[in-house]
Amino acid sequence: MSILIGTDTKLVVQGLTGREGSFHGKRNRDYGTDLVAGVTPGKSGEDVDGVPIFDTVAEAVAETGANTSMVFVPPRFGADAILESADAGIEVIIAITENIPAMDMARTVNYIRTRGNGTSLIGPNCPGVISPGKANVGIIPGEICEPGPVGLVSRSGTLTYQIVHELTQRGIGQSTCVGIGGDPIPGSNFIDILEKFEADPDTDMVALVGEIGGDAEERAAEFVKEKMTKPVVAYIAGVTAPPGKRMGHAGAIISGSKGTAEAKMEALGAAGIRVGRNPTEVAEIVQELRG
Amino acid sequence: MDLFEYQGKEQLRKFEVPVPEGRVATTADEAAEAARGLGGRVVVKAQVQVGGRGKAGGIKLASSPDEAKDVAGQILGMDIKGHTVKRVLVERAGDIVSEYYVAFLLDRSERNYLGMMSAKGGVDIEEVAETDPDAIARVHIDPLLGISDFHARKLVFGAGIEPRARKGAIAMIPKLYNAFVGLDASLVEVNPLILTGDDRVVALDAKVTLDESAEYRHPTFAELKSAHEVPEQERLAKEKGLNFIKLDGDVGIIGNGAGLVMSTLDVVKAAGGEPANFLDVGGGAGAELLSNALEVITSDKGVKAVLVNIFGGITRCDLVAEGIIDAFDRLNMQVPVVVRLDGTNAEQGRKMLQEAPNERLIPAETMLGAAEKAVELAHGGGA
Repeated sequence: MSILIGTDTKLVVQGLTGREGSFHGKRNRDYGTDLVAGVTPGKSGEDVDGVPIFDTVAEAVAETGANTSMVFVPPRFGADAILESADAGIEVIIAITENIPAMDMARTVNYIRTRGNGTSLIGPNCPGVISPGKANVGIIPGEICEPGPVGLVSRSGTLTYQIVHELTQRGIGQSTCVGIGGDPIPGSNFIDILEKFEADPDTDMVALVGEIGGDAEERAAEFVKEKMTKPVVAYIAGVTAPPGKRMGHAGAIISGSKGTAEAKMEALGAAGIRVGRNPTEVAEIVQELRG
Repeated sequence: MDLFEYQGKEQLRKFEVPVPEGRVATTADEAAEAARGLGGRVVVKAQVQVGGRGKAGGIKLASSPDEAKDVAGQILGMDIKGHTVKRVLVERAGDIVSEYYVAFLLDRSERNYLGMMSAKGGVDIEEVAETDPDAIARVHIDPLLGISDFHARKLVFGAGIEPRARKGAIAMIPKLYNAFVGLDASLVEVNPLILTGDDRVVALDAKVTLDESAEYRHPTFAELKSAHEVPEQERLAKEKGLNFIKLDGDVGIIGNGAGLVMSTLDVVKAAGGEPANFLDVGGGAGAELLSNALEVITSDKGVKAVLVNIFGGITRCDLVAEGIIDAFDRLNMQVPVVVRLDGTNAEQGRKMLQEAPNERLIPAETMLGAAEKAVELAHGGGA
């Protein structure tokens, strides 16, 4: 097993006819993901490299049995695309699109959560999800991953690659790597993903990659302490970031005394979570814990 | 994007939030003119985006246009914590009976909206939160439902707002919420919200932060932004599509992805160095962007060494190498550049760097090794 995506994944890409959408959609297919459809309004009947295009997600689901969608549309259509997938009964929605207005996401995320039918939204502004050896939905380079027992959840993209790379180099594979994205209102937070890793028989240990801003890491620490039996190793980027400067991600800003890396590391430490000082050390701790 | 006080109030006024009558002035004469127009006693307020301007002497009362001219002359050009005062807001001064606090913001943890109110206004709210958390009333608002009057009552009664201010506050809160949502703000904060002698409730200050991702549906954002001065280096970076923040050190940093760049700053600092900047070239950067990034970084003469840390996903390391080599050819760069490449086409990129004839171009195997090398070079160590 793995979480969110795997051998049962049937992927529809919203925006498959676009430049980025087709590039990454095809890369995901080459990795072994079952790419069954694309959606672009008005282009039904066309195909991208043999993958049929539909006007609506509902139609794609009815015709192909798609259960997972990847959103690769421009930001102003992002929230709408996510809602369309949710409405069509898609189980896992992975939104790569960056710069969707935060209030669009506040409404969208609450709609999906209050419907309560188990739809998972990952992102937006995220690198996607990979279950090595099974499926890749997003832009994480598959070749740096190896199948194995470590789950990884991260607010960052390339920093995730760095840590995965360090793990793989030490011969430690991953069950699933989840990029939850750097936005202020994410579809899934650390706790949503930690819950799934805790329940996944193929995951033995979790690496959590956080950064400055907000209190998601502090809340995750509490969750780990109270609800998790599997060990968690953490890393927090932005130790040296000055307050009031937004470090790229909309969520990565220290406001006042809140959201500092130090406070996060302290909370994680207090919950019995070992924290690496850099990506290399995270991999070293994982290796040590595996014995 | 953080608005100036006068901009924030202008926006709040559009949503019928009561704000004092006022005018913006950029010269002492304009301030006198504004005071004359308003009539009576005025307050002259420095327009800077930093707290503590009152203590720094950036807010002064004036009882005549001549006095307004004098105090505006003192405030304009003042340096408040590194911010030069370019504008003052001249407002009609009123009597203040009480000061409160009220705000709406995005609640990242709860993934909804949060309203906050306190009867302890005019002071740093974070301090109140720490010393007297019960003094702050909080209410969560479902973005799908929006505000209802009971939310306003919950805030007002919860914060213990005095009876004579209740009606005004309960009427004002939904308007402030409408401004928050209507502006696509991530924060609207009024501190202090005041009660006047004639029982009106007025926003005496306004802090508004807008969500730049929503700029496409707000034509006013561009205009509001034009009042903001961006440092030359940051302007140049933005023009070239780079996400750049100036810091104080001497090790220039280039990376792809915000998290990786932040992490790179951290490892440079841990190696004993001081980062000169945060620069994220984003995903899928090509040769030209890399070359431009080096141009922006080395335009700061305080930079003694540069560290390029790239983990290629959609970004191709061969293009990164091409951009770096191009920058050396094009810019006559004198500072050493340590380059660490991994991920997509890294082999190819590394080979290109190795074959490049420039001795100031130093390839490194790992992120930590690269950071150590860059710090050593910035401190004057041999290449």
